[in-house]
Amino acid sequence: MIDPYRIRKDFPMFENHIKMQGHDLVFLDNASTTFKPFAVIKAEEEYLTRFTSNTHRGDYDLCFANDSKVAEARHVVGHFINALDKEIVFTSGTTMSINFIALGYAAKYLTKDDEILLTLAEHASNILPWYKVSEMTGCKINFIPLTKEGRLTAENLKKVISNKTKIVAVAQVTNVLGFVNDIKEIAKVAHEYGALLACDGAQSVPHMKVDVKDLDVDFLSFSGHKLCGPTGIGVLYGKYELLEKMDPVLSGGGNNVKFETDVSVKYLPAPAKLEAGTLNIQGIYGLVAAIKYLEEIGMENIEDLEKNNRKYAISLLKHIPDLVIYNEDAESGIITFNMKGVFAQDLATYLNSKGIACRSGQHCAKLLHHFTGELATVRMSMYFYTTKEDIDALANALKNGGNFLDAYFA
Amino acid sequence: MPISLSPMMMRQIIMDHYENPQYKHAPEGDLSRYEQVHMDSANCIDDIIVYVLVKDNRVIDACFDGVACTISTSSTDIMCGLMIGKTFDEAKYIVEQYNNMIHEKEYDANVLDEAIVFMNTSKQAARIHCATIGWDALDEILEHHHHEEK
Repeated sequence: MIDPYRIRKDFPMFENHIKMQGHDLVFLDNASTTFKPFAVIKAEEEYLTRFTSNTHRGDYDLCFANDSKVAEARHVVGHFINALDKEIVFTSGTTMSINFIALGYAAKYLTKDDEILLTLAEHASNILPWYKVSEMTGCKINFIPLTKEGRLTAENLKKVISNKTKIVAVAQVTNVLGFVNDIKEIAKVAHEYGALLACDGAQSVPHMKVDVKDLDVDFLSFSGHKLCGPTGIGVLYGKYELLEKMDPVLSGGGNNVKFETDVSVKYLPAPAKLEAGTLNIQGIYGLVAAIKYLEEIGMENIEDLEKNNRKYAISLLKHIPDLVIYNEDAESGIITFNMKGVFAQDLATYLNSKGIACRSGQHCAKLLHHFTGELATVRMSMYFYTTKEDIDALANALKNGGNFLDAYFA
Repeated sequence: MPISLSPMMMRQIIMDHYENPQYKHAPEGDLSRYEQVHMDSANCIDDIIVYVLVKDNRVIDACFDGVACTISTSSTDIMCGLMIGKTFDEAKYIVEQYNNMIHEKEYDANVLDEAIVFMNTSKQAARIHCATIGWDALDEILEHHHHEEK
């Protein structure tokens, strides 16, 4: 088992002993973003202090070095998820990646007779781009029923999928309930009906080994900042023949070979076609360092530690009176709860007053209340640097029932 | 209202207005007589409509409805009670003092009555929006009238 205490030495946010409301910071909001190790900061600094230049067509060494760096980055990311280098598109993050699939692929090929299947547990970024496709093409949006517990299963997909279904867009790990969906089975069912499987990997890729070939997903989207990398850099994976079929949503510098006054354009082949404008080169340096850092620790080790932490957290939280846990049996590091009689945001504010960072509200999954019946919840989410002390701090704070407005009178 | 209100009493006042709000309901009778402002937030689930009935530069009635957290419910409820019967000028003065208090500036506590229970909101900066959402709605209505008068 890896040692989170040793790992913390790699992170300035821990080494700097950051305080919140006078307490040592307990950071349990890792589903929203993660801390950056020194290695990532150093890589970004390297770009800023030693390698600053643009990519593409600079006939000088610095530029060539950055072209090579971007090529290396495609290889590192490709290796990380078992994809070909040319199947990796750099985006600003998961949201942009899913928008590219929706607007660059679905809006081009779907018609009013087609259907896109989602679930009520999806994040806004995996719902609203598809709503836009529906608005543009007239295609239907339907929802795969969740199990009583809140899971997506291949069986439930089979109940609603038909030959009209062209895209199934679901998260591998949902961001509120934190269940790990069996994407391999779900992709198989989708393919049996001729549909594509677009997987939202924002909450899965940072926490477990994800192999796009083994899962046989058609698209995978994820963000750098949720896996210890910088904000503003993310990845769209697509099977190459699909990337070739996609239209660029953004056009301009760097994505074309030539264009003429008669409005004709010859685009570069994918992935360059889908990367108009200057890349987030600094972010790419950071992303490469983050992925190498995670690989050095080992994705299996990260998954094991998080499972252990989850078990420990549940064992404490389930004995706290009046605490309602919505996803006790989920597999990920996400635990979502409410305190009976306490408004979720008041609970999160109270935790803030104890130096504990959790998130309250709907967590961007604004359809999920149709399923849980709760308008707002509090979510704690762990990573491989989460310690037992962090979990103890949360459990101890929650035990202090009845004083949840203390934050206002401290 | 004495400034020396104890934390326990402040808590009690907030909880009372949250659990038994007096003004959390849609207006009775003809809704069209009321000015209304819808307020919602990207950061939380607050989603309320504030209704104000005005006549002769005076707030005749004020109420609100919708989904709101403890802090936004009780702060808006207290605000409605404070505003009913006030002239526009009085109402604007109270809103100004309340905002000064929330943002840790000098303020006139005499006109705020129970609203002073939110004096510590700035310590939890993420909740300033909750404590002001209803007040901002009212302010919008008052501003609107101010411009009409001109």
